[in-house]
Amino acid sequence: MRSGGAWPSLCSRRAENGKTAMTSEAGKPNSKDEAAAGAPPEFLIRLEHVSKRFGRHTVFKDLSLGFRRGETTVVLGASGVGKSVLLKLILGLLEPTRGRIFVDGSEITHLSERQLVPVRKRFGMVFQGAALFDFMTVYENVAFGLKEHTDLPEGDVRRIVKQKLALVDMDGTQNLLPEQLSGGMRKRVGLARAIAMEPEVILYDEPTTGLDPVTADTINDLILRCQRELRTTGIMVTHDMASAFKVGDRLVLLYEGEAIADGRPDEIRRHPDVRVQRFITGNASLTAAPKT
Amino acid sequence: MKLTAPIAAVGRAAIDQVGDLGNFAVFTAQTFAWIFTDLTRWRLLRPVLYEVGVLSMPVIIFTGAFVGMVLAVQSYFQFDALGRASWSGAVINLSVVKELGPVLAGVMIAGRVGGALAASLGTMKVTEQIDAMRSLGADPIRHLVVPRFVACFVLIPFLTIYCDFVGILGGYFVTWGYGVDTYEYWQHSASVIENWDVFTGVLKSCFFGAAIALISCYKGFQSRMGAEGVGRAATEAFVVSFMAILLLDFFIVLLLQGIYDALWGRVAIFV
Repeated sequence: MRSGGAWPSLCSRRAENGKTAMTSEAGKPNSKDEAAAGAPPEFLIRLEHVSKRFGRHTVFKDLSLGFRRGETTVVLGASGVGKSVLLKLILGLLEPTRGRIFVDGSEITHLSERQLVPVRKRFGMVFQGAALFDFMTVYENVAFGLKEHTDLPEGDVRRIVKQKLALVDMDGTQNLLPEQLSGGMRKRVGLARAIAMEPEVILYDEPTTGLDPVTADTINDLILRCQRELRTTGIMVTHDMASAFKVGDRLVLLYEGEAIADGRPDEIRRHPDVRVQRFITGNASLTAAPKT
Repeated sequence: MKLTAPIAAVGRAAIDQVGDLGNFAVFTAQTFAWIFTDLTRWRLLRPVLYEVGVLSMPVIIFTGAFVGMVLAVQSYFQFDALGRASWSGAVINLSVVKELGPVLAGVMIAGRVGGALAASLGTMKVTEQIDAMRSLGADPIRHLVVPRFVACFVLIPFLTIYCDFVGILGGYFVTWGYGVDTYEYWQHSASVIENWDVFTGVLKSCFFGAAIALISCYKGFQSRMGAEGVGRAATEAFVVSFMAILLLDFFIVLLLQGIYDALWGRVAIFV
């Protein structure tokens, strides 16, 4: 699938790490850049004692969380708990009030916009409302990153765009404007745009929100397909439990700015905390976790 | 605590304003940095040139024509009472070229283009399109602000010249309707209006264009969430641009008058 670049080395790293050791332990404090130490860090992305405030409103108090390479982590939480903020912190779109963020062992917390460009090229993000550029066609949207960061001839760009759109079953829509697409189609084009540069990590911000169950499931299948074919690390934030259990290798539940549960889907299903059970069952009147 | 609350509120507001001014200065510096390091691409510029230039033409023609016509009605009767109706041409055309053309064209563009720029960028912000651009490793100032700035800076002088032209024609047709001699009308106008007057009007409009683009784009980027936030950004873009036009007009006129005096000395229009 990949034509070159960082992909072979990513494959080998992924093969070494595998999908083992899904622990609930967050990243350990480390004052030095881990990349300089030689060995690949345990976590591809790590948040260390991160707090984030907007004015007087505190979103995260002291959040420490790590994301392993090759793993798809689903971050769950109620509306307004800071799930989207978490993704924007990871991508450097927001700066934490306190704490540090590492990507592949290098600290990105206080990097400038220009310094962040190489980091962001390793990521693809699917936004909640797709966030397609409304003054560009589908083709121009998907080709945006390629034209910005590569000198590929137009023919190659067209071929890559066609390939990515085909992956999300949207080939043939190249000349349409975003306003001519339905919500589900926009999300698919958003996914195609996110994978166009073949990133190592894909961030999904509530990819199934606002979609009917069948379309939502189609999106889930597309995400799994992309993960399988591109073999990327995924971080999805959602409150859609069906989507979370289908896509996630690991689930994390945020509650009042803290990660109160972290584990494999089967571990989360059996989690003893009543707040976790309330969330995953959608039963607000639950007073105790069911015995397993 | 209660006694100090109003003072604290004033202090907070002052700090916010100073902070906002600082952010605007950084925003302006980033825009200029992109202009000088990476000239804007034709692909990005073309649609904005069309939006700012072509689509503003009807508003500019309408404004220019009526400004000239109203001035003609106002001045004709005054000069006619003095028995010098043909002198009205000098006043009408000088007013249009030096002051009313550039300022009113600027104000109309601040309303039409500035509001639209702030609203479109504000909508892009609240729909996360600006974040999406940043997430793709692209600078939104380079892609969204620089083309709009260049379009306003380059095209507003041309629109001002159009406004002047239509205003002069509008004034002429009204005075012609009142029976003013055509030859004397243009003769008096030509004897009073200098190249310097036309130049100052056009020069001012370049600054107005730059101010409209920077203020409107900044307001769009600072837009708060929701439809109300975008609406407020568009309104603020117009109001602040309008104030900036008047402020710039005063200081540029002061400066240019000083330069004129130094170069050619003081000249009375009617002697």
